[in-house]
Amino acid sequence: MLDSDARAILRHLQIDPTLTAPDLAELTGLTTGKVTRRLEKLAVDGIIQGQVAVIDWAALGYAVQVALRITLDKTVSRAFDDFLIAARRVPEVLEIQTFLGRVDVRLSLVARDLPHYQQIYREQVLTLPHIADIEALMTVAEIKSDRVLPL
Amino acid sequence: MTHDDLDRDILRALYADASQPASQLGRKFGLSQPAMWRRIKRLEDAGIIKGRALLLDADKVGFGVTVFLGVKLATKGRVSLEDFERAVSAIPEVQTVEHVLGLYDYRLRVVARDLADFERVLRRRVMTLPGVGNVEANVLLSEERRPGPI
Repeated sequence: MLDSDARAILRHLQIDPTLTAPDLAELTGLTTGKVTRRLEKLAVDGIIQGQVAVIDWAALGYAVQVALRITLDKTVSRAFDDFLIAARRVPEVLEIQTFLGRVDVRLSLVARDLPHYQQIYREQVLTLPHIADIEALMTVAEIKSDRVLPL
Repeated sequence: MTHDDLDRDILRALYADASQPASQLGRKFGLSQPAMWRRIKRLEDAGIIKGRALLLDADKVGFGVTVFLGVKLATKGRVSLEDFERAVSAIPEVQTVEHVLGLYDYRLRVVARDLADFERVLRRRVMTLPGVGNVEANVLLSEERRPGPI
């Protein structure tokens, strides 16, 4: 569990991961040395796993974003493994999530436009193994996407 | 702005790990630190790199449960979408809100400490939102981020 110093550091770092130890020291009132040691410990403990660039796929030319909600044929014992291995080979897939609920797997994918999406859907998605049912949700707008944890 | 292969290589590298400084990234791709910095700046200015995100282990900081909610609005036309969006975005446990087309109107990513805490968020905060109708919950078991078509 986090103590209040770690919580304060992470609260700021979640909003702006580019903040340096001196920046964080100024924001939290801790010394730079203390912030540095806490950051190292948070990384060693696996709490901070890293930092990644957030890409605007539309700006890169991928205007269509679709979430496919997939139900698998669970009578096949290797359905999950086979499906996941094959889904990882589809380049346009950004995220693969598995669930407990009505949906088994969700693939988040991007396409340049609707004809491109149709091509991916027909040639690369419908050919994935052990699919029992698919529902598509097309993203119209991202209203909130910061993924900040309420620490 | 046109993208050459080097831009794509840089983008792919930063999408996987944005903590590496421009000097280190420059060495990897044979560019000086200032040249690499300018390349990255150009990708940011073009809006292709929207920002940076910190990857935290949610479980280790006390959020053991992530649930995706599909929300259907009950009274379309009578409730303004803006009111719903504003209210749902203000819930701290709601990490993402997407307006979608399909079976549901909105898709939410919700974090909670445990299932009991999730029930509290669902009952007190989500079900009380203006216009909420049918809600479907799927509990996240695993998640992987793929490199994408860069």
